[in-house]
Amino acid sequence: MKKKNNVFLVIAIPAFILFFIFHSYPALQGIFYSFTDWKGYGDWNFVGLKNYLNVFKDGRAGDAYVFTFKFAMVSTILVNIISLAVAIGLNSKIKFHKTLRAIYFLPYILSILIVGFIFNFIFAHFLPQIGDALGWEFLSRNILGNPDLAWIGIVVVAVWQAVSFNTILYLAGLVTISEDLYEAASIDGAGVWTKFWRITFPLIAPFFTINMVLSLKNFLMVFDQIVALTGGGPGKSTESISLLIYRGGFEGGEFAYQSANAVIYFIVIIIFSVIQLKFLNKREVENG
Amino acid sequence: MNRKKNSWLITTLLILGSLVILFPLYLTVTIAFKTPLEMAGNLLALPKTWSFDNFAQAIEMTNFFNAFKNSAFVTFFVVIFTVMTNSLVSYAIARNMHKKFYKFLYFYFLSAMFIPFPIIMLPLVKQTSAWGMDNLVGLIILYIVFNLSFNVFIYIGYIKSIPIELEEAAIMDGASTWGVFWKVIFPLLAPMNATVAIITSLGAWNDFMLPLVLLSDREMATLPLVQYIFQSQFSTDYNLAFASYLMALAPMIIVYIFAQKWIISGVMKGSIK
Repeated sequence: MKKKNNVFLVIAIPAFILFFIFHSYPALQGIFYSFTDWKGYGDWNFVGLKNYLNVFKDGRAGDAYVFTFKFAMVSTILVNIISLAVAIGLNSKIKFHKTLRAIYFLPYILSILIVGFIFNFIFAHFLPQIGDALGWEFLSRNILGNPDLAWIGIVVVAVWQAVSFNTILYLAGLVTISEDLYEAASIDGAGVWTKFWRITFPLIAPFFTINMVLSLKNFLMVFDQIVALTGGGPGKSTESISLLIYRGGFEGGEFAYQSANAVIYFIVIIIFSVIQLKFLNKREVENG
Repeated sequence: MNRKKNSWLITTLLILGSLVILFPLYLTVTIAFKTPLEMAGNLLALPKTWSFDNFAQAIEMTNFFNAFKNSAFVTFFVVIFTVMTNSLVSYAIARNMHKKFYKFLYFYFLSAMFIPFPIIMLPLVKQTSAWGMDNLVGLIILYIVFNLSFNVFIYIGYIKSIPIELEEAAIMDGASTWGVFWKVIFPLLAPMNATVAIITSLGAWNDFMLPLVLLSDREMATLPLVQYIFQSQFSTDYNLAFASYLMALAPMIIVYIFAQKWIISGVMKGSIK
């Protein structure tokens, strides 16, 4: 028995050490440097909370937070509505079931960056061509070049891609619902809408919760789509928090300052996840 | 269920919706085969000739085979070692959850799932380049270690459902803990191994951010990173760009066409754990 114990420790301890070295240690270092003025090279001094105070005063950081949250919330809601609808469709009695399921899942296996480049072309050249041909003013200009509309283009690409995974999750939930429930409800004269709100939605509520939390968390980290579509522009109108940390930290000599930004970002994400879980769990209980 | 008739309304709606997914891919394929001259005309039209000139040129320009080799190298080793090591670590934790250290380890790995990568990115890159890990091997090691977080979670859920009597029988027959794992447990984990292998290979093949911040040498660039590096050259020639995109996407699409059933069910299994 003693020997067995040792084998398990020989497995577990290196895993712990490696994870600590490559994950926790950098995180702790980031927190440490957030209290200094390190540029990423050369000397440094402790500056206390100066970086944190500056992040709050920094217009560029503020804009990045506003953009990232606007983008993440709109995308989360759209992805969940669309993927739930697609999943319900795929779960009903349809023709070409397997082929359709395979097509709807396809975006999940594609590189987000390359998908972004393809959509970049669609927004820049294809849609304007259609707009010109039809004489539609709003389509004839590249929306990615418009500081007020560019974020919509990023939402489109993010949603196009994310619907695939969320559909699969909802589908996994839907197949667990027994057909008898719907038949019983039909006998009682329930319509499609009633069946959805009274049977389907309450029963897949746990999947709804997971999907909302996961999508929001993923969208808050948005990076690839923005690099491929706008590079943060026009101006700084679509600069996400991840992109700001990347740019400022690696290119702008703001290692310590962006570390402070990263710590704030982390705290914000945790707070949002907890609030969301609390709120959605409450709904689940009420509905269930 | 069987008594219901096929709903043609829903089928039609879903087919229309699927066009939204297929259309960008149609555009990618056709543009990859067109000449710059044809780009002035109707973008929806099929190419006049199906010539592979764009592909040949893109291969040369981006050194495609080198990038393909890098991506394949990283994906292959990440998948093999992730499946082998992460399952082993999960087994050690799952069978010792009553002990404080292992329980701590479980929650330690789990909690890392809530830490977004950009938060550790800056110090991590400093650290890995100081240690000479700014290369493909470093990339592989980081993926394997980071994967622990999610994989421990899904493996342990599955290991708990394996009756401990099986292991006890093997131990009675004189097998070591090591032997029990590789001969009894690992084969039983096959469905989870497949799920982990699928999710891991998609992640490693398509990832852009970690190669971007970690790799210092252009020669080491993976397929997504190459598309980024050549973006400025591509902006003058969309046909070349799309030929390059298509070649970067094609390997996964081909695998998907043949294995979509397993890929979808694998991802589904991983997500409902």
